[in-house]
Amino acid sequence: MNKRVLSGNAAIARGAYEAGIGVVSSYPGTPSSEITDNIKYYDEIYSEWATNEKVALEVAIGSSLAGTRSMTCMKHVGLNVASDPLMTLSYTGVNAGVVVVVADDPNMFSSQNEQDSRHYARFAKIPMLEPADSSEAKNFVQKAMEISEKYSTPVLLRSVTRLSHSMSVVELGSRKEIEKRELEFNVPKWVMVPANARKRHYFVEDRLKQLQGDLNHSLSDFIHEEINDTDIGIVSSGIAYQYVKEALPEASVLKFDMVYPLALERIKQFAGKVEKLFVVEELDPFIENELKAHGIKVENLNRSIMGELSVERVNEIFSKNGYCNKDYKSAYEDINDKLPQRPPNMCPGCSHRGIFHAINKLKLFAAGDIGCYTLGLLPPLSAMHSTICMGASISMAHGIDKGSQGEYARKSVAVIGDSTFLHTGINGLINSFYNSGTSTVIILDNRITGMTGHQPNPATGISLKGSPAPKVNIEVLCRGMGISHVKVVDPFNVEECLSTLKEEVAREELSVIITNRPCIFADKSVVSSPYYILEDKCTGCKACVRLGCPAILWDSEKRLAFIDETLCTGCGLCPKVCKFDAIKKRGE
Amino acid sequence: MKLDILMVGVGGQGTVLASDIVCDVALSAGYDVKKSEIHGMAQRGGSVVSHVRIGEKIASPVIPVGCVDILVSFERMEFLRYLEYINKSTSLILNSGRIHAPGTAGGEEEYPEGYVEDNIKKFNKNYMIDAFDLAEQALNRKVTSTVVLGKLATLLPFEREVWENIISEKVPPKTVEYNLKAFDLGFNA
Repeated sequence: MNKRVLSGNAAIARGAYEAGIGVVSSYPGTPSSEITDNIKYYDEIYSEWATNEKVALEVAIGSSLAGTRSMTCMKHVGLNVASDPLMTLSYTGVNAGVVVVVADDPNMFSSQNEQDSRHYARFAKIPMLEPADSSEAKNFVQKAMEISEKYSTPVLLRSVTRLSHSMSVVELGSRKEIEKRELEFNVPKWVMVPANARKRHYFVEDRLKQLQGDLNHSLSDFIHEEINDTDIGIVSSGIAYQYVKEALPEASVLKFDMVYPLALERIKQFAGKVEKLFVVEELDPFIENELKAHGIKVENLNRSIMGELSVERVNEIFSKNGYCNKDYKSAYEDINDKLPQRPPNMCPGCSHRGIFHAINKLKLFAAGDIGCYTLGLLPPLSAMHSTICMGASISMAHGIDKGSQGEYARKSVAVIGDSTFLHTGINGLINSFYNSGTSTVIILDNRITGMTGHQPNPATGISLKGSPAPKVNIEVLCRGMGISHVKVVDPFNVEECLSTLKEEVAREELSVIITNRPCIFADKSVVSSPYYILEDKCTGCKACVRLGCPAILWDSEKRLAFIDETLCTGCGLCPKVCKFDAIKKRGE
Repeated sequence: MKLDILMVGVGGQGTVLASDIVCDVALSAGYDVKKSEIHGMAQRGGSVVSHVRIGEKIASPVIPVGCVDILVSFERMEFLRYLEYINKSTSLILNSGRIHAPGTAGGEEEYPEGYVEDNIKKFNKNYMIDAFDLAEQALNRKVTSTVVLGKLATLLPFEREVWENIISEKVPPKTVEYNLKAFDLGFNA
């Protein structure tokens, strides 16, 4: 049996294999990370973790230029980073095919926003495919490649969290052997100086018109029409289509595999077959506005443009508008807010805990960044005060400095991880150095890209495929820039953290502090025998509890702290904050 | 035939792997199957939930409220978070063992024993097993989820042999023997 139950991400990886893709360069980002983490198992594909999404797409472009089918995968905010090359890649077109996979995150399960990346297709004037299950996710990679090469265009393949992390049945196929093309020498096509670019713009507009026209002929199988009851006609695509099929099984449906450009002629024909036309889509009214702009009458559903859709929400939207449907009612009330919670937290033994403790103690404003360490915002550590995008911590700390003529630089720090620093933090640091900033930058080097699933990065000495790789030395990099004050501290040495932080924040020059303990998943050898608390010595002062470690618990009856030894990894941070010598290591 | 199974537990218990196994079993029996879960920061001690949907042709990968046929809870209180999803015909498979939440471990918050007892009654049928105890008989708590799968297998129309083959393929090779023992204990519990 050649069928498997695969996640959307694993299916896209399989699709890359079957489509004869030769190069994949990506940066981790939930919910897209597992695509490249699955691709790494295919020996036929060269795959790498790039430093950021712009670099990743540029690598894919170079590989396309050299004649090999290429792909890059990222989350929605990652596409913002890659948008510079993408916008002009639309003008140059491609040699071998280029597919850009973007995974949106409606409801922001793990993101700073829920931007609707379909707008990029219209903005860049390039096609976008949107699969509705894992099988389509796999097959659309090949289809995207064909379109990319036939029309000389990058193609966007859009997933969402619900597709990437859901699993459904996929039929496996074999790998297409693609004839390799030659390195393309074509200056008018590839060198986008104004004289050349003006001519390419005509090409972009013609290409869009051709695609639009072909949707009625050679590309007509990118649209699927299902005529049932003709009272209601629904236009939909992606995961929203699945919700429509379940909530409104009798409705007539026009499903798009390609959400840009839209097959306007087909929609007009469909509209003529039904009494009322509706659009069901998640987030922005992207399809709806496009139809309205072309004079197609769409019924108003008064749908919220925020968050995910679901079968229940689709049902509710149509019920509110007077279309009788099934009743998705729960028999019982949700009591979750009456129950003890299991909140997210940094792991026991997390090497970030020590420095956050120091930041909190010194009452500093921490301009933060994206990673496991973002969890430092949670009480009791409460040591993060801004997080916007990758790399912003360093540039914002410099902005805080210049925007207060140095005053608030004596009360703030930037906090950034190793992978984030190499992503876009370096540029901010060079800026602070060059523009004589006096801020304090803390680089949390835990030797891993943690939050997205423990991937390696250029400072870990390990490649995507797990083999040894050249290792960037972050300390040398900072000194090499010319920064005088670069200190390395042990985040589990509480005294050292506090004194170094105090000194460097007070200093009216740019400082970098690098913490150097590995994540417990980067180096499992750091896990050792647990600690325990002596009941007769503990005074109940809660200094250890205030570290927020999941293994340190509070007995409200005895009014003493105690340690869950099944969770404790023996990191040794808590004994250092105990003034009563009450915390001991098992076996010592 | 339709089967909507909600599998809930605490991060690190093996809920995700268990739901993967159910999917593969259903697929090999010729059904369409979809699964949904959120890989957020629910790992390592947070609440985790998988929606497993089995039938002739599945549309949404997420089970709508009120539609769950079987709720499988790998921990004693976790099923309480999903009462919106059940109806008067839903069956419950429940591990009677507790994993403390940060607040309940030291008594700052009460473990919701009262809610557990009251709400078990809402289920049409309930099957409570001490999966921690059975897991320890097979090996240790790491095979708890396989014990629970054994119990679930008694409610589903799939051959026992298929379950055992798929478990053998999906668990780490050195643990196959222990997982099969755990499955057997759950099956006969």
